[in-house]
Parts: sequence; structure tokens; C-alpha cells
Amino acid sequence: MTYTTAIFYFFAAILVFAGLRVITARNPVHAALYLVLAFFTAAGLWMLLEAEFLAIVLVLVYVGAVMVLFLFVVMMLDINLDRLREGFWTYLPLAGFVSVLLVIEMALILGGRHFGLDVMGVPDPHPADYSNTKELGRLLYTDYVYAFELAAVILLVAIVAAIALTLRRRKDSKYLDPAEQVKVKRNDRLRIIKMPAVKKPGAGEEGA
Amino acid sequence: MNLMSFAPALPEIFVLVMVSLILVIDAAVDDSKRYLAFVLSLATLAGAAFLTARDLSTMPVLALNGLFIDDPLSDVLKLFLYLTTAVVLVYSRDYLRQRGLYKGEFFVLALFALLGMMVMVSASHFLTLYLGLELLALSLYAMVALQRDSSIATEAAMKYFVLGALASGMLLYGMSMVYGVTGSLALADIAQNLADGTDLRIPLVFGIVFIVAGLAFKLGAVPFHMWLPDVYHGAPTAMTLFIGSAPKIAAFAFVVRILGEGLESQVAEWRDMLVILAVLSMAVGNIAAIAQSNLKRMFAYSTISHMGFMLLGILAGTQNGYGSAMFYVIVYALMSLGGFGMILLLSRAGFESDRLDDFRGLNRKSPWLAFIMLLLMFSMAGIPPTVGFYAKLSVLQAVVEIGHVWLAVVAVVFSLVGAFYYLRIVKLMYFDEPHDSTTVSASFDARALMSANGLAVLVLGVLPQPLMAVCLHAVGASF
Repeated sequence: MTYTTAIFYFFAAILVFAGLRVITARNPVHAALYLVLAFFTAAGLWMLLEAEFLAIVLVLVYVGAVMVLFLFVVMMLDINLDRLREGFWTYLPLAGFVSVLLVIEMALILGGRHFGLDVMGVPDPHPADYSNTKELGRLLYTDYVYAFELAAVILLVAIVAAIALTLRRRKDSKYLDPAEQVKVKRNDRLRIIKMPAVKKPGAGEEGA
Repeated sequence: MNLMSFAPALPEIFVLVMVSLILVIDAAVDDSKRYLAFVLSLATLAGAAFLTARDLSTMPVLALNGLFIDDPLSDVLKLFLYLTTAVVLVYSRDYLRQRGLYKGEFFVLALFALLGMMVMVSASHFLTLYLGLELLALSLYAMVALQRDSSIATEAAMKYFVLGALASGMLLYGMSMVYGVTGSLALADIAQNLADGTDLRIPLVFGIVFIVAGLAFKLGAVPFHMWLPDVYHGAPTAMTLFIGSAPKIAAFAFVVRILGEGLESQVAEWRDMLVILAVLSMAVGNIAAIAQSNLKRMFAYSTISHMGFMLLGILAGTQNGYGSAMFYVIVYALMSLGGFGMILLLSRAGFESDRLDDFRGLNRKSPWLAFIMLLLMFSMAGIPPTVGFYAKLSVLQAVVEIGHVWLAVVAVVFSLVGAFYYLRIVKLMYFDEPHDSTTVSASFDARALMSANGLAVLVLGVLPQPLMAVCLHAVGASF
């Protein structure tokens, strides 16, 4: 076993373990933390595939940003675990059967017989000055610029949809408008009324 | 890559610029000027139609590094997409206004969906096919959910989103298998590679199964149809009108591009899968539609059966087959516009005219609209001289040409079953008494457009040859 193979199995074992814990952990915060571990080890595997840029982006974006957000959400929600787990054991046999079938099917197709090294061949190694990041950038902004722009449009749609679906002015809740607050003048708040001093009839009698 | 290499994608670029403009303008104006978004959207469609029509191609041109193809098929389909979207906007205006949905977001999302469909129609690469599909799908999910106070619409959007994501996953998985076998994502390269023969038969078939399943999900073919009745029923009718019309045209292009162009040499593999999908769709769609009392649900099941019929043309795998399927899908979009449009026209503020009972005695209230609805129902059922008959006939001819006579017989039998529930509406309109005395309060332009829509079904039925010739020419020049 070479050094790379050993590293691969090391990372792969942790990845599978973390993945299993994500779905079996009782505490959702723990599950989210195991997901962080899964992302991190997956990044290690990508590093082995010489995809350094993607590996680092995975850690930066998914671990650094997405999962932190996720953790916040999980902590803010009051998740009732027992209700979520209702029916877990009743569905387990069927779900297990389907998953085992899926794994067998995939193993049959994706195994070494069809996609092994003797069928596909080893990819040529890259020269020492090869920059993964540069190559990705070159492809994204030249050959695949159309697809890149489309992905950007999809993100724009996501923004429009998210705002359209969540932003609403409810009539029954009160809002502050800072602009209006700043613009307020003394006259808007305080009204000075000149009144002649009169003795209120009855007021004195009651006091006495 | 210089600037001129973007020229074939000019309509797409124009639509994107305009939709961004509408987004900004609509955010800046107040409620009394909402019609600006409406007018600008129609102007966008007209402009895009002009740009597409100005530059009609006679042969396929690959552009943008093989991601984009400009061929007669894409040009013709794009023109029909603009037309369908414009009709949707006009039909739904009053309906949206009465329900507080007349907002810039509707128009922006509809145009984004249109952009997604345009990308799908002229994609020559798995990457652009998928991105176009997602752009369309995301816009549609949001449109269905736009009516936030309606729990049924939210539920429909949720179902649509979850099942749509599942279908996209399957499609991607199949695409990745095909990529593994052929080493390319470009449809032309895939076709070339597969024509040369491959010894990776099993992974290839595995991939094709997933691709066909994903496509069937998107088309709503049985057994992947569960989402369709719920989404059609739950969505606001204006959104149902949109989902039920233009995306079907794009879906046709999507299926034909993948199966007919990329996996052309594997026709023996996918034909049998499509036969099963088509027969099941026609059976379940037509039989389940009989039991519906809600018109939107009934049309949903009718969509399933029509998609089954369209698949018949595609599974023929011949130019005649693709041409007749294209004719069928365009005609279907026209009929679907009319059917759902009629529900919109008869709806008022606070009243959805989407039950079969609501069509009782329509002839008393509005003989002209009842006549138009009669034409549309005859066409959906495939009764001559309406165009539905000719569409069905040409698809059946294509199926018989490849020797599947039994399939044609099955299709005719299920069409006869389907005729029952279309004719039931005609019976309700003409021979039953209305159970209320309301009048139809549709705007003049929507009425005029509906008349044109209904008469088009009749005129195309009498003179189907020009449209058929366009379809055959587009398919012939593109494949």
C-alpha cells in the first residue's frame, strides 16, 4: 500500500463515519458538526485528486460560511427530536432494502470492471508549475462563460424569489423608518397651544 | 472569443437585459404604475421575437464554444415560446390584479422562466441543457408559491420543488454516467462517440435509464406524474396556465435534443422505455381524468395523456416522428392556453371558475365563449375538423411507419376514452341550466385573444399543412 492509498483510506473511513453520524446523531448540533467533519475530509480527498482550489473553496465556503449559518439555524429552531424520529423503525426495513439494492446496483456498474484503471487509463500527471486555480479560471471565463453567466442568472432568480416570497409589509406589525425619524422637526412632536387660564367649574369643589 | 461570437445568442442577451431593467424599474415605481412591468414584458417579447425572426438560420450554427446552437428548430420553437408567454400575460392580467398578485415579480419570474426555456431550446451541451432547465424550474417554483396566503398554493409549490429537485438529481446522475462512457458533455461529441461504438454498454444503458426517468418526471409521464395534478390544482390559475403551456414546448426540445441528437444511435435502448411511458400515460391520464370534478385537475390528467401522445412521436425516432411530435406539442400549448385561459376569463374577484359545475349553462351566459370552449374541447379530444385531430393523426402515422401498429391502436382506444370527459364539458355548457345568474366580466383584449385562440384551433385544423411543413422543415434542417 502506497502512502497516497493509505491517506485515501484514512480520509475515506473518517468521511463514511462522519456521514453516518450526521444521520444518526441525536443532537442536531452534533449532526451539523459531523457534517463539518465530512466536508473537511472530503476536501482532503479532493486534495488527493489534485483539485487544490476546489478543496480549499469547499473548506472556506461550506465549512466557513454555509455550515456556520446552518448551525445558527439549528440552534435557533426548537427541534423536537422524538417527533422527527417517529416511524424511523417502521420505515427502516423498506428503506434499508432499497438502499442495499441501490448500493449493489451502483457497485455492479461503477466497479473496476467498467471504470477501472485498465479501462480508463491513468490520467497524465501535471507538470510542476501547473496551476489548478488558473486553469479553472481560464475555463470558466472563456470556454464556459455562457454556462457561467447562466449560473449567475440562476442565483439572481434565487434572490428575486427569496425576496418575493419572504418580504412582506404586515399591517398588524409596526415598523420604524429611520429616515422619517431623522427628518422629524420640533414642530412635529410638540404643539404649543395658547390657552386662557380658566378655573374649571367643579374641579375645585371635588378637590375640597 | 470576440464579441461577434455572442451574436447568435442575441435574443437571450436581450431578454436578460430587459428583465434586469424591469426588475429595477418596478422596484422604483408605486402601485399605480404596475402596468409598466406588464407593458415592458410584452415589449421584451416583441423585441426578442424581432431579433429571432431577423436572423432565421437555415442550418445549425454552433456558438459560444459549442455550448449554444442556433438552428431552425430552436428559432421556430423560440418564436412559439414568445407567443405563448405573451398570451399568458394578457390572459392572466385581470386575474392577478383581483388577487393582489399583479406585481413586478410575476413578470420578472415569467421572463426568467422564458429565458430558461430559450436556453434549453438552443442548448447543444448537457451543461446548458441542465442550467436552462434549472433556471426554468426555479422560476416556476417561485411563481407557484407567489400566492403566500393560500396554503394549497404553498403545498403545491413545496411538492413541485421537492419532486423537481429529485428529478433534476436523476437527470444529472444519468448525464454523469453518459459522460463517463463517452468522455464528453457536448451532444455532438456524444453522438459521434456512441456511433463509433462503445464497449461500455451497461453503464451507458444505466445512464439512459436515469435520463429517461428524469425526463419523464419533468414531462409528467406516468409513473412519474404524481406531482402534476396537485401542482396544477394548487397553483393560482395564472401560474397553472403558464406551467401548462410554454414549458411543454421547451420540454419537447429538451427531450429531442438529448434522445434524438445526443443518444440518437441508442434509439433501440430508449424506444422501449418511451413505449412503456407513453402507454401508461395515455391510460392513467385519460381514465383518471374522468373521475375529476375540478377542471384544473382534469386538465392536469389530460396533460399527462397528451404528453404520452407526444412521446409516441418522439419514440418513432424518425424525422416524421420528431416533426409530428413538434406539431403536437405546439398545438397542445395552444389548446392548453385556451383551456386554462377560459378558467381565468370566467373567474372573478373571490371566485375561481375551476369546477366543472361552473361551466353549467355557459351557453346562456355567453354563447360566443361557449362556442370557443367547444372548439377547444373538440380539439383536445381530437375531433375533426379541429387541429387536435390532425395532430393525433400525424403522430399515429409516424408510429405506424416504424411498424408499431398495436401502439397506434392503443392510442386510438385511449383517445376515445378521453373524448368522454371533454364532451362532458360541452354537454354541461349547452344542455344544462346555469346555477347562478352572473355575467362574464372579462376584459376586451382577453376576450379578443381568446377568440383568436379558439379560431386558430379551427383554422389550423382546416389548413394544417403550413405549420406541419414548418415543423418538418425545422426538424429536417436541424438533425
